[in-house]
Amino acid sequence: MKLIKLSILAIILLFIWFAQSHFDAYAVSILNNIAIFAILALSYNLINGVAGQFSLEPNGFVAIGAYVAALFTLPAATKIDMYVLQDPSPLVLAMHTSFLPALLLSGVVAAVIAFMLSIPVFRVRGDYLAIVTLGFGFIIRIFAMNQPAMTNGALGLNDIPDTENLYWSGFIMVVTFVIMLNIIYSKYGRAMKAVRDDEDAATAMGINTFWIKTYAFMTSAFFEGVGGGLMASMLTTIAPDQFTFLLTFQLLIIIVLGGLGSMSGTIVGAILVMGGTEWLRFLDQNMDIFGYNTGAHPGLRMVVFSMLLIVMMLFARKGIFGNKELTDIFRRGK
Amino acid sequence: MILELQNITMQFGGVTAIDDLSFGVKAGQIYGLIGPNGAGKTTLFNIVTGNYKQTKGNVVFNHEEISGTKPNMIVQRGIARTFQNIRLFKSMNVLENVLIGYHNQANYTYIESIFRLPRHFLYEKKIKNEAMEMLERFGLADLAYTNSSSLSYGNQRKVEIARALATNPRLLLLDEPAAGMNSSETEDLSNIIRKIKDEFGLTILLIEHDMKFVNNMCDIVLVLDYGEEIFEGKPSEAIVNEKVVSAYLGDFTNA
Repeated sequence: MKLIKLSILAIILLFIWFAQSHFDAYAVSILNNIAIFAILALSYNLINGVAGQFSLEPNGFVAIGAYVAALFTLPAATKIDMYVLQDPSPLVLAMHTSFLPALLLSGVVAAVIAFMLSIPVFRVRGDYLAIVTLGFGFIIRIFAMNQPAMTNGALGLNDIPDTENLYWSGFIMVVTFVIMLNIIYSKYGRAMKAVRDDEDAATAMGINTFWIKTYAFMTSAFFEGVGGGLMASMLTTIAPDQFTFLLTFQLLIIIVLGGLGSMSGTIVGAILVMGGTEWLRFLDQNMDIFGYNTGAHPGLRMVVFSMLLIVMMLFARKGIFGNKELTDIFRRGK
Repeated sequence: MILELQNITMQFGGVTAIDDLSFGVKAGQIYGLIGPNGAGKTTLFNIVTGNYKQTKGNVVFNHEEISGTKPNMIVQRGIARTFQNIRLFKSMNVLENVLIGYHNQANYTYIESIFRLPRHFLYEKKIKNEAMEMLERFGLADLAYTNSSSLSYGNQRKVEIARALATNPRLLLLDEPAAGMNSSETEDLSNIIRKIKDEFGLTILLIEHDMKFVNNMCDIVLVLDYGEEIFEGKPSEAIVNEKVVSAYLGDFTNA
């Protein structure tokens, strides 16, 4: 049982090592993208799928994580050159660490902001979280646009050191996956599911549902922040417009496809959606169908994905894995 | 007196659901609350569990005032409840449902579970053993890994009581435990309730419409009608009381 789990982990880590050292740059970049989106979707699934609190915030936390990591890894000299709208604030110039602490800070900042959001939001029941978090995503983007001394405004940040590679993203993905499963199979994960199923009954069991929801939200925000930091380093350039609601939408497709509440499903969903986006690239380009040239239709891929989501909702509402985990196969009857 | 309600009044807007009601439950009693639909029985439960805040009056549990305490804290002080319409956690199996009841007894932190530190395993093992013992007591050990929503109605009711007992209560509130059960299931349930009452030293406050069950189980009954007490005493006396009969069947004397 334990041996099987460890060997699955070992195979994944071996694959990451093999891919980074043997695959061509294009394949590695796709895998890198998949791993980062898997991190984001895994953490998004904790609050949305496991705790059942429908929220729409990941783009906000990813933006926070990306900016924090970028500001902490960019050297001061580059910042002075880059900030043309306004001189960088002294605080921005003072921020400098290496990549790993910058990533951790990304997560911590996102988690602290999540905590501040949860105080007003989780005191009331219902769909307020979705509305507030949707607004939060917009606020972060507008803040990034309008604080040129902090974020260089709409120009965004360039030349972010590209420390990130598949080792970073792959390893952090595995860590995120293991931590999410550790949470799910503990009293806290059970309490989150209880809150999802019936909040009144959970309270009647002596569970402080406010804290359970806050734990889920903060954990989710932490890893979304870390994922954002990885993304900034992977792309080496970030701008406010990257972090629109479309990013959240993409993550929503991944977790719904994989199964709300299933972490194994989320990984499969990330591979299918992010891999599929690459594979379906031909749809955006000129196509020759029996000698008839269709012309280029940029965005046709997204139409296919939207259709996929509709088909999922109609025929397989629970996603690929439902709310089960791959490891549940071994747990049965134990 | 383990539970004392003093001059409780509950108003919803202009409607007075409970009107200046006082009564006390002695430790070790099985105390029945009966009355026609809409008499305020479930409202009273919700006041005791902290889900509603009464307009006036005090709730004293174990010589301490508990009104204004949050529902989850009231559970931790030792009052557990079941619901009128069974509310199990449907995505979970029977064992997990009962484990939820042990939530506050598993004394490990969030960080300890994230990094799987020793205390996580220690307490998880402990509460799992206790939960299995609890299920055995209810004869549900074989169904531990069955999904809770695929159980029979009678068994779902038992899981709900087992789950409430897992929170280690001193006072158990049962909201219509025998509703929807056939006579053999009711019989089975009565035996279990008596058994757990003795085993855990519980006091039980229950709402029930099945008069045979009430007669058979309760030491004292309180009959409510339109939020007011119309009778308190032995169940055998309640069913011959004129006021009680007219509350249930209507007043025939002036007809």
